[in-house]
Amino acid sequence: MSSKAASTIVWGLTAALYSGLGMAAADPHQLNLPEPQSIIARQIYDQHTMLLWICLAIFIGVFGVMFYSVLKHRKSQGYKAANFHHSTTVEIIWTIIPFFILAGMAYPATKTIIAMKDTSSPDITVKTTGYQWKWGYDYLTGEGEGISFLSALATPKAQIENAQPKGENYLLEVDNPLVVPVGKKVRILLTANDVIHAWWVPALGSKQDAIPGFIRDTWFTADKPGTYRGQCAELCGKEHGFMPIVVEAVEPAKYTQWVAEQKKKSAATAVDANKVFTAEELKAEGEKVYTANCVACHQANGKGIPGTFAALDGSKIATGPKADHINIVINGKNGTAMAAFKHLSDIQIAAVVTYERNSWGNTAGDVVQPSEINEFRK
Amino acid sequence: MAAVHDHDVGHAHDHHPSGMMRWMMTTNHKDIGSMYLWFSFIMFLTGGVMALTIRAELFQPGIQIVQPEFFNQLTTMHGLVMVFGAIMPAFVGFANWQIPMMIGAPDMAFARMNNWSFWLLPPAALLLTASFFVPGGAPAGGWTIYPPLSVQMGMGMDMAIFALHIMGASSIMGSINIITTILNMRAPGMTLMKMPLFVWTWLITAYLLVMVMPVLAGAVTMLLTDRNFGTNFFNAAGGGDPVMFQHIFWFFGHPEVYIMILPAFGIVSEIIPTFARKPLFGYSSMVYATASIAILSCIVWAHHMFTAGMPVTGQLFFMYATMLIAIPTGVKVFNWTATMWRGSMTFETPMLFAIGFIFLFTVGGFSGVICAIVPIDIQVQDTYYVIAHFHYVLVSGALFGIFGGAYYWLPKWTGHMYDETLGKWHFWLSMFFFNLTFFVQHFLGLAGMPRRIPDYALQFADFNMISSIGAFGFGFTQLLFLYVVLKCIRGGVKAPASPWEGAKTLEWTLPSPAPYHSFETPPVVR
Repeated sequence: MSSKAASTIVWGLTAALYSGLGMAAADPHQLNLPEPQSIIARQIYDQHTMLLWICLAIFIGVFGVMFYSVLKHRKSQGYKAANFHHSTTVEIIWTIIPFFILAGMAYPATKTIIAMKDTSSPDITVKTTGYQWKWGYDYLTGEGEGISFLSALATPKAQIENAQPKGENYLLEVDNPLVVPVGKKVRILLTANDVIHAWWVPALGSKQDAIPGFIRDTWFTADKPGTYRGQCAELCGKEHGFMPIVVEAVEPAKYTQWVAEQKKKSAATAVDANKVFTAEELKAEGEKVYTANCVACHQANGKGIPGTFAALDGSKIATGPKADHINIVINGKNGTAMAAFKHLSDIQIAAVVTYERNSWGNTAGDVVQPSEINEFRK
Repeated sequence: MAAVHDHDVGHAHDHHPSGMMRWMMTTNHKDIGSMYLWFSFIMFLTGGVMALTIRAELFQPGIQIVQPEFFNQLTTMHGLVMVFGAIMPAFVGFANWQIPMMIGAPDMAFARMNNWSFWLLPPAALLLTASFFVPGGAPAGGWTIYPPLSVQMGMGMDMAIFALHIMGASSIMGSINIITTILNMRAPGMTLMKMPLFVWTWLITAYLLVMVMPVLAGAVTMLLTDRNFGTNFFNAAGGGDPVMFQHIFWFFGHPEVYIMILPAFGIVSEIIPTFARKPLFGYSSMVYATASIAILSCIVWAHHMFTAGMPVTGQLFFMYATMLIAIPTGVKVFNWTATMWRGSMTFETPMLFAIGFIFLFTVGGFSGVICAIVPIDIQVQDTYYVIAHFHYVLVSGALFGIFGGAYYWLPKWTGHMYDETLGKWHFWLSMFFFNLTFFVQHFLGLAGMPRRIPDYALQFADFNMISSIGAFGFGFTQLLFLYVVLKCIRGGVKAPASPWEGAKTLEWTLPSPAPYHSFETPPVVR
């Protein structure tokens, strides 16, 4: 019996602790939700704390009675059993009281739900697309309109495979974070390219599924500058654990500066659609694109994973007519894990197709130019 | 076949096939009940090995033991095997053994169908587990098999779909049998409101099963045709909707969680009065509470989908409806407490498991209310918090109920008393390791660890290590249960007709072990 009493105490202490302090983001013994950084996250945090106290009070009430009974009303102490078996009054009371407790919980929750669902009049709208296994961000309206980039895991494979010591933000770091200004309402429109993903940043109190073929939305306003980390929260295939989300909230002036840099960068990389590249240039660029987008399934050696992901080395498509190859890359293949990659640029698609046709054992020998992709898209 | 006709007068003249054929051909509720229980125990160990492999991989950050794609197969199969292979068949095993004895009947209503509903299960289980060995491996889309991810899987997914069809058919047949037995074969004088609570909870559970298993069959059939025959039920590009699958799945899936807990409520409601030596408090409110839970369970399914996106009115409706379930569930906990109050209690193993059940199930109930609150659910959905929540209701809920029931009725089933000391060890070790495994998962979920990931950020390392240690302890403790059961079957102190002083239900009027045809002449219940 004593161990049961002990576990009650432990439970009580933990619950008390747990509802107390907001802890730093990477505390290895963090017991509670992360410290809230938006109004919604704050409301969630407070409601969770309130509920824990209510649960703790009920817990102590019910199990106080039960364990008193367990200790006192035992045969070994010669206690004789009473014979009562119902009491309508008591039963009505303990049906009605919980109703009011629940109503007290539901009231603040209802207000928060209505606030969460209000995605109207945002300052900035970002379309967020889930891909297997990275995120794509397109700034649609507001300051920064037109910026568009992909955001993928930055943790090196060697750390995951234990060949290198793990860094501080292991699995929670990306190459291109989502940058937003503080104090501005950011509306996130969500969709997905292949399977269902979920975009989740705990400190901002935002989680929303990204569903292929549909648009969903959520919003947040970051209170203060900082880096807020989250992860994909809906099982989306083998690299589900490896597609984090990083939101960088910065002061508005710094945000303006970031926008200007991005615009300059994209102007620099824009290329003439009709430029003709050499096979070597395409293969070199194609290898990069392949490593970023294709390698998780088709593998570095192009052999895929038998039974799950098709091999490209020696495949009919990668050694057959160009048009079929371009088509499957752009449109994907229904009913399989092969997603559509039409979000890649003409040059990226041209490069990766060229690379796949001329690597490993594949010797198609032909070259695909960006202009052909541009033509194909029409 | 002639051999199984039990037309003999007096079972002294019964002639049964022997060896393997006895079990293949049997139409006896006790034989079939035993097979269900052994089947579920084998599946429990199978699912347990998968769980331990998962916990071994999660012992430390980094990929050590299994690759991510195999990890996803393990989490998926662990869920499917435990739900459809371990928990559900175990309760059907209890129903087979106990319902005829508790209502004063000789056997189940449809004895031959009973045989068929059991024998569908082993092929289904083989089909499901064999999917590990086909190209592409076992399904890896989670036990909820959401499309479009499940459309990407190899043929292992089709095997799992057929296995679900077969297990669903088995459940429906078993349920029809249980409903018919309860409604038609009660002893004279046993009105519905005099039935033992275990029988009541199973009656309600069986109705839930008949209602929702066809819905699951529909969902997985549409998935099958989407996968293989070019339909677009769940493919947006073809005019379908992936979220529709979630609605249909959870229309089955939420009642399903009550299918797995209501019979455990019934078992606990038998055990508590027996060892408190006092009648169950609020019998009729227990029946009404069970029925209310079952009805409410049908209108709350979308609380599994709060992050899938639905209108604000939808979120509010499903939140309020879900919170209402706390009321009848609370009534049950209060009634059990009131039953213990001023009783004359002893604490044999079944009573320990029953009290452990109430204690930990209530913790799972609290986290359930917390998950019902939409804003909080937005944070904890698809995290380890949810994993902790449903293991509190399914392991320390359903499974502890099963253990309690097994110890309670083992003397009746085997004619021997089990080893009380080892039984108590089994309870205390299970209690300790269970909490070690799952309590810390609440913290992991709140701190932001998503579920179904093979590797995690460094801040989660310590709690994961604790959880893995607990899981191995819990897993090995269950071998002790196997040992206690085998020891009890092989021998031990002879059990009297009623080894429990406070037991009042009909099965305790039969000798131990119970005769092959339970009640050949119906007892009269006053």
